[in-house]
Amino acid sequence: MGHGSARVSVLSYLLEHPTQVLALARAHLWISLLATGIATAVSVPLGIVVHRVRAVRVLALGMVNVGQAIPSLALLGLMLPLLGIGFTPALVAISARALLPILLNTYAGLLSIPQHIIEAARGMGMTDAQILWRVELRLASPVIVAGIRTALVVSIGVATLAAYIGAGGLGDLIFQGIATVDTPLLLAGAIPAAGLAFAADGLFGILERQLVRPLG
Amino acid sequence: MSYPLANALLIWRLTLEHLQISAVSCLLAILTACPLGVLVGRVRWLAPPVLAAAGIFYTIPSVALFAILIPVLGLGVKPTVLALVLYSQLALIRNTAVGINEVDAALLQAAQGMGMTNTQRFWRVEVPLAIPVIFAGVRTATVMAIGLASIAAYIGAGGLGVLIFQGISTGNTDQILTGAVAVSILALLADAILSSIQHVLRWAMGVRA
Repeated sequence: MGHGSARVSVLSYLLEHPTQVLALARAHLWISLLATGIATAVSVPLGIVVHRVRAVRVLALGMVNVGQAIPSLALLGLMLPLLGIGFTPALVAISARALLPILLNTYAGLLSIPQHIIEAARGMGMTDAQILWRVELRLASPVIVAGIRTALVVSIGVATLAAYIGAGGLGDLIFQGIATVDTPLLLAGAIPAAGLAFAADGLFGILERQLVRPLG
Repeated sequence: MSYPLANALLIWRLTLEHLQISAVSCLLAILTACPLGVLVGRVRWLAPPVLAAAGIFYTIPSVALFAILIPVLGLGVKPTVLALVLYSQLALIRNTAVGINEVDAALLQAAQGMGMTNTQRFWRVEVPLAIPVIFAGVRTATVMAIGLASIAAYIGAGGLGVLIFQGISTGNTDQILTGAVAVSILALLADAILSSIQHVLRWAMGVRA
């Protein structure tokens, strides 16, 4: 099939099934956002602990290195015997994938704060909790948000793959399209999936720049 | 544990296939990205557009990128290699540019003072000193290629992903686990080997500098 005709028929597929594609896109975004939320809730506190406690740091960063190398498809495969097929194992695997960039960036963001700033805050009479909330996390926030941005893009990518174990989302159309050699169908999944990733990346990019500005 | 024992030959063949696809992709990626990285390191205004273009491919979900290439290149090894090469560009271009830029200006002046030509200075000073950073990019790209190659099994590229996809669709847990563990070992092994080469390179270049 020529490229031009494929493009026309993708358009026709999207026009004929707008509600189906939209529903899949919504499901795709939902599982990705949920996974990124879970990953943020776990990784930011963990990143703070990793920054503070040396013993945890060595262990956690070592595990991150190993975790990073394990292929996403293998991770999904390893979930199956434990959790079976469906939304839950997909969510767990996607969240596990999204943990790493947020954890690394939280640690790196906290590490990059000059010691004299923290000493100045202490000199002003701030408690440890105040220093953490008002100084450290605030100064590290652009880097942490950059990590969450990466995590969301990764989540959207892994969610596409997780359609194969029943996550739902736009990956359904892609896998169906490939299996039945139906080019318009697979492109009707692939192009919106890529669009979703670009949109998420772009929107978070704007948020990141907003955070950097007022902090100088 | 009977599946891997009964299918040892198949697993071996798929492992070789997997390594072949990953290695060919990485070599092609290095051949395209390293010259680009040097160019981007030299001509500063080229860096933002080239890195943004490489970032576009990096952002596209891998399953979607494989799918988008099917109408153009069909199924099998061809779209797989192209997708893997496109994915690796960002890590390789960025690291090459950073590596070349980080070379101490004093060393470059010293090389010039010793009467080296620009070509000599590039090959004998800049490239050797940038190698540890470039190699870190090669390591990232290789581990990524091994991971993505497993997904390419679905578009007919072969490799260990075949076991995972087949196992999932037929509900064969042993087959899934065999594939998942084998491909993870492959990735971790590649990472460990490249990491130790990276340490040796860093040590060697550190001594020479």
